[in-house]
Amino acid sequence: MLRFITSRLLQSALALFIVITATFFMVRFVPGGPFTAEKAVTPEILRNLEAHYGLNKPLWQQYLDYLGSLARGDLGPSFKYPNRTVNEILGDKLPVSLELGAWSLGVALLVGISLGTLAAVRRNSWVDYSASGFGMMGISIPTFVVGPLLVLALAIKAGWFNASGWYGPADRVLPCLVLGFAYAAPISRLTRGGMLEVLHQDFIRTARAKGATEWRIVTRHALRGGLLPVVSWLGPGIANILTGSFVIETIFQIPGVGREFVNSAFNRDYTLVLGTVILYAALLMALNLLSDIVAAWMNPKVRLEA
Amino acid sequence: MTTPAATVSAEPVEQGHSLWQDAWLRLRKNQLAVFGLWALAAITVLCVAGPWFSHYGYEVQNLDLGASPPSAAHWLGTDTLGRDLLVRLLYGGRISLAVGLAATLVALTIGVVYGAIAGYFGGKLDAVMMRTVDIMYALPFAIFVILLMVFFGRNIVLLFVAIGAVEWLTMARIVRGQVMAIKKMEFIEAARSLGYGRRRIILRHILPNILGPIIVYTTLTIPGVMLLEAFLSFLGLGVQPPMSSWGVLIKDGAEKMEEFPWLLLFPGTIFSLTLFSLNFLGDGLRDALDVRSSKD
Repeated sequence: MLRFITSRLLQSALALFIVITATFFMVRFVPGGPFTAEKAVTPEILRNLEAHYGLNKPLWQQYLDYLGSLARGDLGPSFKYPNRTVNEILGDKLPVSLELGAWSLGVALLVGISLGTLAAVRRNSWVDYSASGFGMMGISIPTFVVGPLLVLALAIKAGWFNASGWYGPADRVLPCLVLGFAYAAPISRLTRGGMLEVLHQDFIRTARAKGATEWRIVTRHALRGGLLPVVSWLGPGIANILTGSFVIETIFQIPGVGREFVNSAFNRDYTLVLGTVILYAALLMALNLLSDIVAAWMNPKVRLEA
Repeated sequence: MTTPAATVSAEPVEQGHSLWQDAWLRLRKNQLAVFGLWALAAITVLCVAGPWFSHYGYEVQNLDLGASPPSAAHWLGTDTLGRDLLVRLLYGGRISLAVGLAATLVALTIGVVYGAIAGYFGGKLDAVMMRTVDIMYALPFAIFVILLMVFFGRNIVLLFVAIGAVEWLTMARIVRGQVMAIKKMEFIEAARSLGYGRRRIILRHILPNILGPIIVYTTLTIPGVMLLEAFLSFLGLGVQPPMSSWGVLIKDGAEKMEEFPWLLLFPGTIFSLTLFSLNFLGDGLRDALDVRSSKD
């Protein structure tokens, strides 16, 4: 197990390094700098600005400097918000996006797992068919259609919620439901598939023969194996939820990382773009690692593959 | 019973069915898949041919009219600039469908080549290639696509390539798994003992035998690709005006839905209908071609 974790850890570190390097040079090689859009900056001021941010040094020097400060956890100053560091900006925005993501994931797991389990236990019944119909809706009606429609119906027409903003608990309901239901669909599909496979196995028959109740069979015996596909999906799935929240943040005007990221890319705020990419990549690698470890813990067969 | 139908169904017993005929018969029994097929055909024909029969251009403005609800003159109404929504939907559909097909083609090519190489050669090479895929699965790729679109201008060819470069991973995994299963079979050994090269074996002997899964997952990739295009357009990073795609129309509609709900409703409906159809068809093909849904 330890070897398995170490090898995955090394892989993640390597991948993260590649992401950092690739993004750093991609951002630098694009036409247009952070100060080109500025209202007619004189060459002199431009030189001062560049000197201030170290942009006049050779590229490899900038790269090494960046890696150096990164190692100390410093993502550097923002180019577009003078006096603010990238750490501060992300520190403001990240909690919002994480909260949105966490609630949505909760909704997705709750709805997806219950629906998938019900569909597997009552296979080929109306429950199964409506679950797969629901799953089809989840992958075919995008959040940027459902979201605005719900805003129109429940916020603007019915007046139950605010159409946008992120202040009280009521403001969490619509965004998290929209994002959560979108990802409940793949989870319910995976759960159903995993549960169907497990429910056929001998140990389930044994449990049934020993007189265990259906509830106990499902929750204590089957779910542990049946949820394996869901656990493996979680790493990439959370990546999807976090990028999916870009659209949700746009629709509901939530001050999260997503909106900030798109703006910073438009503004060519190098350090903010880099910081966001690195933060998300690191976050996702960590989550992926975690979902791999949990999957291995749940199923020794996976562990042996490493 | 001596109805004509009975005699027809008795004949194929002598003729025998090919795999593809079998699959076609099974697909025809799946009502949802048949619905998907017809809906897709109808939407495609409408988008390609429809605009020729309309006397409204997709950028012809009528500012006096402004946004108007559906009427006899404008069946789906007009947008705030007085442009006919139906015509814009059909033109937008051309772009959305074209992006869907072209980007899927990119993803298909990369995925099949990558998966076939990893699966055929196996061993260390395979291990490295598939670990790379695993790692790439975990990357926030949509973020890179956003960066690409912002930095390198929002042109449509780049859009194809960027989306295609993201969506090939699943295809690579599936092709690899299939190739690994096929390459152990005797007819491959026979081909090898006849002295055929690897290229010929992969292209002529292995790939035709895994065409089923490739077709199924190509069909299922298209909706993912179209979603990504609409996602980018919704963020203002995809197709640029005056060109439009369904994503752009949904974005415009969402901004103006409070006063003019039909601007959101119609683009959202046709886009979802297309995705439904593609997913139904893909699922139907999977059942008809008996492709197992496991990843490897």
